[in-house]
Amino acid sequence: MSLYPLSIYEAGKLLQKKEISSQELTRSVLNRIFALEERVGSYITIAEEKALEQAKQADYRIAKGEITPLTGIPIAVKDLICTQGIRTTCASRILEDFVPPYDATVIRKLKEAGAVILGKLNMDEFAMGSSTEYSAFKITRNPWDLSRTPGGSSGGAAAAVCADMCLGALGSDTGGSIRQPASHCGAVGMKPTYGRVSRFGLVAFASSLDQIGPITKCVRDNALLMNEIAGHDPSDSTSAFEDVPDFCRTLDSGLNGIVFGVPKEYQFLEGLDPDVSDAVAKAIRTIESLGARCIEISLPHTAYAVAAYYVIAPSEASSNLARYDGVKYGLRDRDETDLRLMYNRTRSKGFGVEVQRRIIIGTYCLSAGYYDAFYKKASQVRTLIADDFKRAFERCHVILSPVAPTPAFRIGEKAEDPLTMYLSDVFTLSANLAGIPGISIPCGFSREGLPIGVQLMGNHFQEELLYRAAHQFETATEFHLKKPEI
Amino acid sequence: MNITEEEVLRVADLARLELKKDAVLRLCRQIGEVLGYIELLNQADTTQVLPTSHAIVLTNVLREDKVGTHLNRELALSNAPEKDEGNFIVPKIIKT
Repeated sequence: MSLYPLSIYEAGKLLQKKEISSQELTRSVLNRIFALEERVGSYITIAEEKALEQAKQADYRIAKGEITPLTGIPIAVKDLICTQGIRTTCASRILEDFVPPYDATVIRKLKEAGAVILGKLNMDEFAMGSSTEYSAFKITRNPWDLSRTPGGSSGGAAAAVCADMCLGALGSDTGGSIRQPASHCGAVGMKPTYGRVSRFGLVAFASSLDQIGPITKCVRDNALLMNEIAGHDPSDSTSAFEDVPDFCRTLDSGLNGIVFGVPKEYQFLEGLDPDVSDAVAKAIRTIESLGARCIEISLPHTAYAVAAYYVIAPSEASSNLARYDGVKYGLRDRDETDLRLMYNRTRSKGFGVEVQRRIIIGTYCLSAGYYDAFYKKASQVRTLIADDFKRAFERCHVILSPVAPTPAFRIGEKAEDPLTMYLSDVFTLSANLAGIPGISIPCGFSREGLPIGVQLMGNHFQEELLYRAAHQFETATEFHLKKPEI
Repeated sequence: MNITEEEVLRVADLARLELKKDAVLRLCRQIGEVLGYIELLNQADTTQVLPTSHAIVLTNVLREDKVGTHLNRELALSNAPEKDEGNFIVPKIIKT
């Protein structure tokens, strides 16, 4: 029996019954990675030796009866989450050789639970992009169609989960970077409430929007990973003091009495692919057949969301990325003997085109004389968008929408057209602006056979309800069971 | 919205970036397009609306005033491109 296709939940059961060992499981997944990596391109670093050592340790723990749902489970991590002793590059030349001296809190928690870290996954440089094409090292291909992108920025994570090159993965989401690639690859991706998961050790892109979350093969796996990584962390002053429930507890509860809101503004947005709107319309009917009620709601400031986001995110990024100066860590232009020129040369050599573009947009928006017109205005619009959601959640429990306007696009199709790429984030980035959780789950396939996802958003800290709704939908459908032939 | 080559160069310098000639022209066009799109924000009525800088309400997050475990100097310097006797080394900044 091949072990790599297992879900986290299935593998956990077999490990517990001692029918398989973590070493067998980890070896099977590593072999799968070596067989497919050249075609898919998910990994920047494969930590084979360390992973096998962790698997051995996990087997000891299991033999002693110390098992958690993640003990011995091979997980992969987006390459912007710090892993002690394993290179963390952010898919950037500027951090090509950076080996973190500490673990991110989420990594510490995974290790404490006994998980096995397989390696580090490809992404758009510093998570800026929607296609993983802006990685400085390689492109990642969509396992459903190798001529297409897996989405981004957590494209390596979604592609690896989809192609069984890990059992589950951690990604990060600043404007849709977990949900959109999960949708394009037929995986399940959760962006938790802002503050739900510690950002300590997550390389910052836009600090008020970034969240770490799981990408998995099914909803239950996603909830299992969230159970381990969520919770307050004194090392992250923005992490929430909210209690963390068992996210699996109510998965099997039905949807009677739950009200789903469908934003009317999302239905007629320009560029929405008919296959996507058909799949989402069918998802609404499925939800209704499960006993829930669907109503039309309004998010009147939707039209301004992309514009507000593309002021706020680049502004925060330009400030966060000021730390890459060639002094403390990372790349340095060694030929330059003047400090100021050393900064300029180092940063121009180290950052790719999209990162430089966003730094310049952000610096412009924050520069003297422009601050009120751009940053302040966008932050006010952010309030209006958050208020839209607040009002919507007075009428419904869950908001249902598309994830991305189209299925996965072709490699190269949008790379030279940043504005079009930005506009494809329209359904996802509002959740980051408002700080609410959102999950993407498979809800159909396009005529060309590409996966399509539907997004469920909840009020702050309502992940448990989202998992329940997503699990009920998943149980009633079979989209998540279909695998690409690769 | 138009952004001139001089403006792009000025902002790039503020951000400590050195741009090549062809990059400047490309950036003028692309950033102009993005800024043009962002002008849409002016249509939103934000009179009396307070700005949001943080989506979750948190005030005065403090911690106990206790010494914890921290990176030691060797580890903190482990990724430095140039170091000497426990210090980061930068190009000379004082003219002699």
